[in-house]
Parts: sequence; C-alpha cells; structure tokens
Amino acid sequence: MAVTDSDQVLRVNPIACHAHGLCAELLPELVDLDEWGYPVLAGGVRGTVPAPLVPQAKAAVAACPTLALRLTYPGRVS
Amino acid sequence: MLNRPAQPSPAWTSPPLAPTTGPRLLAGWVETARPADLAAHIARYGPLPAVGPELIATVHAAGLRGRGGAWFPTGTKLTAVAAGRRRAVVVGNGAEGEPASHKDHALLTVAPHLVLDGMVLAATAVGADEAILCVHRGDPLAVTVRAAIGQRAGDPVPVRLVETPVRFVASEESALVNFLNTGEARPTDRPPRAYERGVRGRPTLVDNVETLANVALIARYGADWFRATGTPDAPGTMLVTVGGAVVRPGVREMPLGTTVATALGVGGGLAEPAGAVLVGGFGGTWLPLPAANDARLAPGELPLGVGILLALPARACGLATTTRIMRYLAGESAMQCGPCMFGLAAIVGDLEALTMGGPTLDRLRHRLGMVNGRGACAHPNGAVRLAASALTAFADDVAAHAAGRPCAGVGVESGIRVPAGGMGLGWR
Amino acid sequence: MNQPIMWYASRATGLIALVLFTVAVVFGVLENGRFTSTRWPRFVVAAVHRNVSLLAVAFLAVHIGTSIIDPFAGIGWLDAIIPFGSIYHPFWLGLGAVATDLTVAIMVTSLMRPRVNARLWRAVHWTSYACWPLAVIHGIGTGPADFQLGWVMVLNGACVLAVIVALGWRVGVTHPDTEARAAGGPQC
Repeated sequence: MAVTDSDQVLRVNPIACHAHGLCAELLPELVDLDEWGYPVLAGGVRGTVPAPLVPQAKAAVAACPTLALRLTYPGRVS
Repeated sequence: MLNRPAQPSPAWTSPPLAPTTGPRLLAGWVETARPADLAAHIARYGPLPAVGPELIATVHAAGLRGRGGAWFPTGTKLTAVAAGRRRAVVVGNGAEGEPASHKDHALLTVAPHLVLDGMVLAATAVGADEAILCVHRGDPLAVTVRAAIGQRAGDPVPVRLVETPVRFVASEESALVNFLNTGEARPTDRPPRAYERGVRGRPTLVDNVETLANVALIARYGADWFRATGTPDAPGTMLVTVGGAVVRPGVREMPLGTTVATALGVGGGLAEPAGAVLVGGFGGTWLPLPAANDARLAPGELPLGVGILLALPARACGLATTTRIMRYLAGESAMQCGPCMFGLAAIVGDLEALTMGGPTLDRLRHRLGMVNGRGACAHPNGAVRLAASALTAFADDVAAHAAGRPCAGVGVESGIRVPAGGMGLGWR
Repeated sequence: MNQPIMWYASRATGLIALVLFTVAVVFGVLENGRFTSTRWPRFVVAAVHRNVSLLAVAFLAVHIGTSIIDPFAGIGWLDAIIPFGSIYHPFWLGLGAVATDLTVAIMVTSLMRPRVNARLWRAVHWTSYACWPLAVIHGIGTGPADFQLGWVMVLNGACVLAVIVALGWRVGVTHPDTEARAAGGPQC
C-alpha cells in the first residue's frame, strides 16, 4: 500500500542538538541515533516526512528540549 | 569622490589589454618580481573602472566561479546579494585557513590592489556601503595590506581590514560573518545564508580574494577576454599552491583545465617518484599517480576544492600522512556539533590503529558514512572526503595495513607539513 | 460568602499547589539530568513536567482566587502580584506574590517557547530555583497555625526532601555532550 509523502521535511540544527534523544523516542520510524546519541534522519539531511507521520513529527519537534528539530518545507531550507 | 578622470589620463587613452595567454593576476610579479604598489598597479591595469550594477551581468557572462573552494558562480552570488532589501556588505576572504594553501597570501602580497579594486567594484555593483577584508591575525601580511589600503584615495566604498583568529574553520563563510558580528569565529547553522542575512543582518557577499581580483580584471577587459582561457564551464585562470615532492614548490597561476601532470611540471616536476597527489588541500581528495596525470584541474572534472596540488613521495605512507592530517582536522573542529566533535575524534582513533596495523577498517568506513553531512558546516565533510579518498587511492596499502602488515613508509617524512593546531587555541 | 469554606479552600489548594509544584520541580530536574528508564522514557518525564506544571498553575489560580474572595483576611487582587502591600501577613504573603510573578513569567515564556529568545527562556526558567523555595516559605509563614498540625509539617518536609534528593542526584550526573562543549571539545 503506497504511503503518500507530505511536503515537509525534518531538519536538525546540529549546533543546538545536545543528544537528548526525545526525537528518536517519539519518531522511531524516521529518527535513529548514532553511536554518540545524535539523531540520524531517514532520507538523509532533507528527509521527507510521510503524511501519516506528520502529527508524530510535530510532537517530536515540540518535545526537543533545545528546539533543535524543525519541520519545514524544502524551499525554505538553504 | 569617484576615481573618474574628467580627461583621459595622458599616459594612455584606454587601459592596456591584458594578454589572453599567460599570467593575469600574477602578471606584474612574473614580470618585475616585485609586489605592485598603487602606481605600478595603475600603470599595468589602468585605474579603477567606473562601473556600477551592470558589472553583475558582465561577471555572469564571463562565467567566473568562486576560487574559495566551492566554485560557485560569482554572478549568481552577486545577483542574490544585490536583490536583498537592506544595504549590502562585501567581505573579502583572505583569511586562508587551509595550512597547505598559500595562494591568497601570495596574491595579497604581490597584487593587493587587484583584490582591493575587486572589493570596491563588487561593493558598488551590489549596492554595499561597507567593504571588509579579512586576513589572519598576527600575519605580517596585515601590515603590507594596510599600507596598500593607505595608498588609495577616493574609493567609492573604502575597504577596512579586519584580522581574524588563525583557525582552520575561521575562514568559512558563516564563521567569518559570525566573527564580524559577535567576535567568535565559529560557523553557524544555515539558514539564513550570508547572502540573505549576514553582517549585522544585512545581505553579505563573502568572496575569496582571488575571485575578487578576477572581478577587477573582468571589469576592465570584459567577459569575452575572461573566457579566452580556461574551460567553457570554468573559464579563466586559477592560482595553485604546488607543493610536496616537487622541485620548485610555490604558488603558480595556470588556466583552468590544466592537467595534473602539466601543473606538477610548472612546479619544476616531481623531485622523486610520487605515488599520489592531494588535490584541494587538507579537506580534499587523494588521486593516485600516474593514473591522475591526465586529470584536468577543473571543478566539473575533479573534486577540485581550493587550488592546491601536493605530491606524496612513493616511499612515504599515504595512510600515515592522512592520519596526521585527520588529527589536525579533528583538533580544528569548532566543537559545536556532536557528529563532528565525537565522530572525527573516533575516526582518527580508527586511522591510528589502522596505520599501526589494526583491524579497524570496517568500523572506520561505517563511521565515515555516519559523520558525513551531519555538521552545521562542511568541515566534517572535507575530513571524510580526505579519509575516504585515502582508502581508495591507497587501497593496496590499506589492505596490507588492515591485515596487520603496516608498510615501511609509516615513519618516512611525507614532505606535507601538518601544523599542530587544535586544543587550547581560541575562537576570538 | 460562607467564610470558613473560602478560607479552607484557600489553604487546601495552597497545599495542593505546593505538592504539584514540588513534583514539577522534581521532574524538571530529572529531565534536565537526562533521567531515563524503561518505564520512564525521556518524553514521558518531559510530558509529566509540563502537564503537572500547568495543573499546579491551575490550583495556584484557585488558591489565589479563594484568598481574595474570602473577606476575612482582606487580601486584594493586587496583593497577589504586587508583594508586601497586604494587610494580612504582608511579608510572608508578599513572598507568595513574588513566587506568583515568577511562575507567570516561566509559564508564559514556556508556552511561547519557539518564539522566545533561547537565552531569555533559559534565564527565566532558572528562576524556578528561587520560585519554589519562596512558595514553601510563603506557605509556612502565612499559616503558622496550620504548621502546628503534624501532617502539614510532614507534607512540607516531604516536599523539601524530594527536591533535595533530586538536586543531589542531578549534581552527580554528567553527559559527554555537556562535558565536550564545556571543554571546547572531547579530550581525545
């Protein structure tokens, strides 16, 4: 069954990220942690979020203690 | 007060046309072996041309690409900065953070007025009211550049000199802007890019000094002249620091598209048999010799980076040399992003073990993939590029090391000088 | 107005608010110290901290409201936010007003978090370490009679102990990321 992609992508601000790891807890489908505890986003640095996961992605963005995770549109990402 | 004579200067009626072959930026140096003061500069190239925003179209047509390592089309960057709503700022990047590169230093020493002309021209083209030239703190170059600035009068936008900390990433675009804004020369996360919001929130043009010097020539001689040498995709000449195991190391000017073999020949040829050549400096790419001899130095055809060509003696160990460079790069991390701070250190550990004959190759490969692209700036990417290219270029040697048989070249002096760098140095 | 009910409601909601704020502080400390276990993942600790804080503010609002409505002590609306002007225990009540002001600042900056400057949010949030002790002292000072009751003393003691234990745990916690950034990089 095909899953439609939303237009939005997840982005990490690597300087703000302090490896708290809440994003990986709330969005394990798209976020993995490397051996040092920092998030690796599925689909690389500009991974698109499938439409059904957008609410979870928003929860992960809100949960980040340092606001390092962002849900944004690809056009806005330089 | 504009530098625009009411009558044509008595010495000539139009600026002398620079030859389409031969050196362009280093023409004065090659001919006279002396740095050009303002009088010599004007005698050779003519006074500052009176051009404004129309220069941007000329630079576009000329196909000039940035010589700071990214080879980004300069016309596009100028257009983006000029399109900003607020008054722009021009930053000339002469803070050559790459230890293996000496081209910016050489250019600023022998032809500072070409760079300064370029900065002023870029400023009037994009509507900037501020032009800042950055060089390393404590470098004697600052004295000569300050003197050159002092010789000038009547620039529509006066250039001021700022001295930056001597760190590898301090000359990165966002780090320079951050230094000018906050006094801390560490990269920042993007967006926004400098051309959108840079120095004091204004659209900022950050260009390498060699790029700006080329702008100064394009303003005088036009796009067609500029395209008379180089390649169609990357026209013009480039300054290359040729070093390592060559007879006459130094900074040379050559057309883009020159082959590696020709470039090494310009440096006097190899001093001894060489196994590989490092293109682009410490964050660059190893290419095995003699296979790379016919490779052309052009951004589309090679991972060119900054104009640097270092020959590694065949009797030295490429893996050991890479490990030494990686140790320096890890120490020069701005320590802001987890994958860079921890990843590079771990990669260095794996490389050290591998160099001594340990079985860390698989974990090293995995970590290279894990670290690439996950920092705020491109510093970890360059380090990964260097290490990954070493694993390819020195594949046979790497296999031997991984099997517990390190080569005899580990202790041999590579001729590539790697500074200590790193811990303890500041960012301010 | 039925005097005793308002009065009792004020005292009761005050105590409940104190317990809730204590839980909020403890969970905030746990979150900051990156506490995690199989039954308490990070996002749960964070959610409890946030939700209990909001519940505590709700009880604080009732506590303040009933104190003002009740005519016995003559506490006015302004006394809730401007300290040391009340007729009733001006100093001890005033501490409560200060704590309320800080609580409002913390709550507002946190609810508007993405739009608030990061350093400002952090600075305001740190005042919670002043805010909570003020609430405890306010409670003891404004209710000297209540404090004679054994269970009230035990409740206050338990709250103070909980925060001290949490802080004691927190001080002993380190994380490689924090250490690396403080040292300017991992010591490799």
